[in-house]
Amino acid sequence: MIEKVIFYVFAAILLLAATLVITARNPVHSALSLVLAFFTSAALWLLVEAEFLGIALVLVYVGAVMVLFLFVVMMLDINVAVLREGFARYLPLGALVGVVMLLEMLLVIGASQVDLPGFAGEAAGSLGEDGGNNIRMLGSVLYTVYVYPFELAAIVLLLAMIAAIMLTHRRRGGTKHQDISAQVRTRKEDRLRMVRMPSERNNDS
Amino acid sequence: MLALSDYLILSALLFSIGMAGIFLNRKNAIVLLMSIELILLAVNFNFIAFSHFLGDIHGQVFVFFILTVAAAESAIGLAILVVLFRNRRTINVGDLDMMKG
Repeated sequence: MIEKVIFYVFAAILLLAATLVITARNPVHSALSLVLAFFTSAALWLLVEAEFLGIALVLVYVGAVMVLFLFVVMMLDINVAVLREGFARYLPLGALVGVVMLLEMLLVIGASQVDLPGFAGEAAGSLGEDGGNNIRMLGSVLYTVYVYPFELAAIVLLLAMIAAIMLTHRRRGGTKHQDISAQVRTRKEDRLRMVRMPSERNNDS
Repeated sequence: MLALSDYLILSALLFSIGMAGIFLNRKNAIVLLMSIELILLAVNFNFIAFSHFLGDIHGQVFVFFILTVAAAESAIGLAILVVLFRNRRTINVGDLDMMKG
């Protein structure tokens, strides 16, 4: 019973925050609402015993990704008025698409062929074993069955880091730096000039 | 007692809000990225709900990978946005017609 109350309170906050994300006039407010949405999602994930992912969502998303978003939003000097034009014009279409997609998904969830009440009966059957330690169970699967996807995920993160640095790195003119390839590529003719001149006479003797 | 359908309906609502956000904010590239984050969050909700109610930990492993890829995606997306703003002084999606597509 108390679980239900907590679920509905957090779900209401989550939907409110999500609505604010897409309707806020200022992108900074959108980003802050998205932070709230991630926090409430983490709480909802904790409610279904996904403790590691709930904490990871707060650490990775709120701590890193959303700070990056806020950083970019505040760094760019955005003319909000121009970006907002057309909001009222697209509102009917956007609302229509959203409502249609929602109805389709609710039809799937409510279909009699999908035996959802059957799931609830066996809820948390095998997940409750092993002392209910979510992190240990996740780790025992992640580092054995999914070890290659895990390493691929590391490579994806490395690629993202290199790509982001390469995209935003800017060589300013006027700075002194060593160009190693130019140094290696150089040939003798570029640097060395042979000067032919008469040798000096020794007049002393 | 919570039911699976509670989480699925919440996830469907969240997905629809994210989808509508893409339509409403089609000029503002930053809010577009945020809408994509909302949609990915809805997908993660589905994975975690099914993982809990089926008693199968593999769903949570998939959420882990989705989080990884989404973080990489938003990092690269924001980097592209910064470069775009540096070159064009705007992030209006309507103004991006360099490729004449």
